[in-house]
Amino acid sequence: MFAYLIRRLLGAIVMLFIVSIAVFLIFFLLPRIGGATADDLASRYVGKTADAAQIHLMAQKLGFTDPLYVQYGRFLAGIFAGADYSTGPTTVHCPAPCLGYSFITQNPVLPDLLDRFPVTLSLAVGGAIVWLSFGVSAGVVSALRKGSLFDRTAMGIALAGVSLPIFFTGLLALNIFSYNLGWFPAGGSYTNFTDNPALWAYDLILPWVTLAFLNAAAYARLTRAGMLETMGEDFIRTARAKGLPERTVVVRHGLRAALTPITTIFGLDIGILLGSSILTEHTYSLNGLGAYALQAITSNDLPKVLGVTILAATFVIVANLVVDILYVVIDPRVRI
Amino acid sequence: MTDLYEAPTQRSFLEVDDLRVHFNTDDGVVKSVDGLSFKLERGKTLGIVGESGSGKSVSSMALMGLQRYAKAKMSGEIWLDGEELLSADDEHVRSLRGKKMAMIFQDPLSAMHPFYTVGAQIIEAYRIHHKVTKAVARKHAIEMLDRVGIPQPSSRVDDYPHQFSGGMRQRAMIAMALSCDPELLIADEPTTALDVTVQAQILDLIKDLQQEFGSAVIIITHDLGVVAELADDIMVMYAGRSVEQGSAREVFHSPQHPYTWGLLGSMPRLDRDRSERLLPIKGTPPSLINVPSGCAFHPRCAFKDLPGEATTSQVPELVDIGGGHKVACHMTVDQRLRIWTNEIQPKL
Amino acid sequence: MKRKRVMAAVAVASALAVGLTACGGGGGSSSNNTAGGASGFNAGADKVVNPSDAKGGVIKMANSGDWDSLDPGDTYYAYSWNFVRLYGRSLVTFQSAPGAEGAKLVPDLAESLGKPSDDSKTWTYKLRSGVKFEDGKTVTSKDVKYAVERSLDKTVFPNGPTYFNDYLDLGDYKTPYSDPTPDKLGLKAIETPDDSTIVFHLKTAFSGFDYFAMLPSTIPVEQAKDTGSKYKEHVVSTGPYMFKENNLGKNFTLVRNPQWDQKTDPVRKALPDEYDVSLNVNADDIDNRLLSGDLDVDIAGSGVQAAAQGKILSDQAKKANADDPTVARLWYTSINGDVAPLDNVHCRKAVEYAADKTGYLAAYGGQTGGQVATNMMPPIIPGAESFNTYETPNNAGDPAKAKQELQACGKADGFETNISYRAERPKEKAAAEALQQSLSKAGIKLTIKPFPTGDYYKLYAGKPDYAKSNNLGLMINGWGADWPDGFGFLSQIVDSRVIRASGGNTNLSVKDPAVDALIDKALTTTDTSAREKVWVDVDKKVMDDAYTLPGLWSKGLLYRPPHLTNVFVSNGYQMYDYLALGVKK
Repeated sequence: MFAYLIRRLLGAIVMLFIVSIAVFLIFFLLPRIGGATADDLASRYVGKTADAAQIHLMAQKLGFTDPLYVQYGRFLAGIFAGADYSTGPTTVHCPAPCLGYSFITQNPVLPDLLDRFPVTLSLAVGGAIVWLSFGVSAGVVSALRKGSLFDRTAMGIALAGVSLPIFFTGLLALNIFSYNLGWFPAGGSYTNFTDNPALWAYDLILPWVTLAFLNAAAYARLTRAGMLETMGEDFIRTARAKGLPERTVVVRHGLRAALTPITTIFGLDIGILLGSSILTEHTYSLNGLGAYALQAITSNDLPKVLGVTILAATFVIVANLVVDILYVVIDPRVRI
Repeated sequence: MTDLYEAPTQRSFLEVDDLRVHFNTDDGVVKSVDGLSFKLERGKTLGIVGESGSGKSVSSMALMGLQRYAKAKMSGEIWLDGEELLSADDEHVRSLRGKKMAMIFQDPLSAMHPFYTVGAQIIEAYRIHHKVTKAVARKHAIEMLDRVGIPQPSSRVDDYPHQFSGGMRQRAMIAMALSCDPELLIADEPTTALDVTVQAQILDLIKDLQQEFGSAVIIITHDLGVVAELADDIMVMYAGRSVEQGSAREVFHSPQHPYTWGLLGSMPRLDRDRSERLLPIKGTPPSLINVPSGCAFHPRCAFKDLPGEATTSQVPELVDIGGGHKVACHMTVDQRLRIWTNEIQPKL
Repeated sequence: MKRKRVMAAVAVASALAVGLTACGGGGGSSSNNTAGGASGFNAGADKVVNPSDAKGGVIKMANSGDWDSLDPGDTYYAYSWNFVRLYGRSLVTFQSAPGAEGAKLVPDLAESLGKPSDDSKTWTYKLRSGVKFEDGKTVTSKDVKYAVERSLDKTVFPNGPTYFNDYLDLGDYKTPYSDPTPDKLGLKAIETPDDSTIVFHLKTAFSGFDYFAMLPSTIPVEQAKDTGSKYKEHVVSTGPYMFKENNLGKNFTLVRNPQWDQKTDPVRKALPDEYDVSLNVNADDIDNRLLSGDLDVDIAGSGVQAAAQGKILSDQAKKANADDPTVARLWYTSINGDVAPLDNVHCRKAVEYAADKTGYLAAYGGQTGGQVATNMMPPIIPGAESFNTYETPNNAGDPAKAKQELQACGKADGFETNISYRAERPKEKAAAEALQQSLSKAGIKLTIKPFPTGDYYKLYAGKPDYAKSNNLGLMINGWGADWPDGFGFLSQIVDSRVIRASGGNTNLSVKDPAVDALIDKALTTTDTSAREKVWVDVDKKVMDDAYTLPGLWSKGLLYRPPHLTNVFVSNGYQMYDYLALGVKK
């Protein structure tokens, strides 16, 4: 187990390294292949009337004039040793791990990412709890009453949920429940959990439900399919033959087995969501990592893009690792 | 004395009367069990024998009330210790399951939950019917494992099913089934998945435990050899019906139905040459949706021409030929006796 | 200005035109900014809606994006220049008045407009007395000088305009951050003979220097409080409001600055007690909140999104709370004289006559998107004249006249060339297609060529040798003024001397020494109305040369929630004036 963990951790680090190189090449090498010079790249970050000399100064400041490997080396050095950058009158130290600093806001990237992480975490975890509870219970009931009105209705809603994009359901929900009925706060409302947990939850209910609507649908369908399969297993017959009440049979024996593959997908979904809940955050104007990523991309802010991509990749890789480890706990047949 | 009072005393411990289990499918009605009747007393063992699809497993599931979850259409009567079970409500039947009647399944690997330890599954079975603490139930589980012959039961109790060998798993399964001292034990192909030496051990175990607990036992198998040692009575099933039933002695020494002859012919025996030993039954088991007319066995019967036209037009009645030995066949008793004595027995 | 404006105009142009009567926020209409007030659709374009002097309340603003920077020395968005005045006072600013009056410059930190030397190369301003920073320190001319000095450092402040870099007689001065003089005021081009006087020395004559003095980079900065690129986290205010809380990229709050004195400030009303600004808010959500009254102002001031446009224009009650001002932005097509046969003026004129401008307008959303442009300068620019050098029936093109010009050009059977547009912009594609269709009637065959938006000016259309060798005869283009005057609008798009061979140009086609000479004349004409006339001459000459095919002057549909008071569009910024706003409590 221990050796396995070490092996997986090393693999994760190598993976992150590859991701960082890939992102770096996409954003720094591709434009050059397209014919852009260092000054062309830098001209994105200066005012519209800047002349060639000013652009060139900027290119030098941003390091575009150096060879790519030097630039990547600087990025790596920042991660392991930190970096210094100038604010004009003074120099500020960006301690390791320094993911670089933004060309646009001229702020270090990592503090911004950490600052925004709680929003995304709140959104992802809260949404996940909502969709998991609704999706799984709807899936179980649907499976047990296969073909019933409930099953057909739930699966119909699930289909709608999977097909309707968040920016549609989200804006619709805001319009109805926030602006017309006034039950929930407007988009962009967010309170820190540590400041006021009740208000935190209240502010996030609409985003959670919107996010859950999309994912609950998928989980309902997954759970239904899993339960239909599991409830036909021999061990369910055994459980009944023991005289267990049907509820115990369904939950302790049926759902327990059906949840195993769902746990895997759930873990990965959370990982992905932590890295990029772009649509939900954009729709609800929440300043989390997803919104940050979107801003970074639209403003061509390469260090931000790089930072947020690496963070997102980290989440997915860690989620993968956690799922694999969790799998061992969940399914005793899997042993490392 | 009134009828109400007398009724239970007149009935056997288990009495099945004209049991029918039908399933509606898209292709038509599957008549898995179609008019089955038999009796079983406490302390006795009934062997139900037949090919797969003959309705033996379905009828045992019906006894346990497990068919209630499968949307089956059932009719007839099942009397267990004076209670009619088909008309009883779900909750009552559930409370009987595991306690009054228990079941051992064919493949213990798939029949046990892979995510819970063997001990947990026995404890669970025990605690449904006994209000005891986990610790007490655990002690009981260890005792049960010990009783079915599992070495180091106090440590193996925490193992998962996949960590047991096939034979051990079947023992654990038996321990689970017996944990509440059931009065009726149904063993559905309890040895099929096991190798021969282990088979014998398991059969011995069931025999010992039956003597110890005094339960009524039903053993379901396609293998006459299994019931030869164990059963007091034997019922041979074909296409959802009983074609021959009687005491083990009668059925083994004076079988009356061509299908029973076929089953006996299929039994492997160590004292004969392979070439002449096996007399397999021709053809395949019938579809339960389109059961052949008349005697369901006639398409496979070597003697179907003897009784004439009735073979294909009339369903043969189960007729008592003396001493509780019943046969459903259009041939006369003489014809059957002659064929058995002259043609079949010498080849066995 | 810059991206924001472009994006906004594109968004606006995607309108569902529902029986809207075009109503330009035309220049020159007289203002009545006091009595009674006005109401109804477009009332805010040149009158004050809900006039009020009631103080108090909170104004809630939202931005679908983010500032380039809150630092006055590092910002280039129109809304930012409008808004920055709440927490900073530049030497000069646009008058806080509706319509055309709002495009007039008035002194702010200075006592009066600039006093030029005879050659217009030296400009002197006297500061008002009694203006203080939020920390209580009195503002001196040295703080203004320092502010301009630091804004010259484009590696620290890359976003702002470069006018001071380009026009001040800098010598080899680079940045105060490497300035060896103890007070960091080593720049010779700016003198501060005393604490209330500041003198600017230019390399070349420039009659419109007051517009430079209007730039936020003249908002004073205390050298001791300057933290360079981090200054935007806490700008030290000289205006009526100061930062209470500032979460970069998320939101900030402005509260009253106790050191601000109304007596020193004739420009600002300072009605609300507080401004709450949210950043990076979903654009459609902003519109919904405006319409529901949950939000007061969409700070970008570029108009509502297409979805809300439909809602507003189809609902009379909502429409009465909306304004549809023309902005100082032109969507046009450059005609490349480097590409034969467009090197012949008659062939260029053939294009002018053949083009169906109603199709051009339709590509940008019809009448909600703007109005047909017949010349370069948008009508809201002070002194601008609308004229039509190439008149065609209903602006729909005149193939017969075009063929006459083709005859004169020696291409009686027409010719073939390419038209470029920015690939990610469907409206530009539609415009190119409309031109392709209308020009084909005169025998001019266009092949449509899309190029990536990000590098359109740097590598393709804006790089002269690329455009020439790839036969980009026509290039879809667009331009918004930095400020509403001839220089602010025309200098970057018609002066041949701003064209760089290395690319990155916005002037894609106008190369005429006569135009350059007229521009020089304008730069040295100090009399405002005389200067405005020269800019009109520039406009006319450019049209005579037929280097550009104007398409439309852009419009934005603005919504003012009914509880907002003292609302009007200032032509200075072509959006609601943020100094005047108040809110009903």
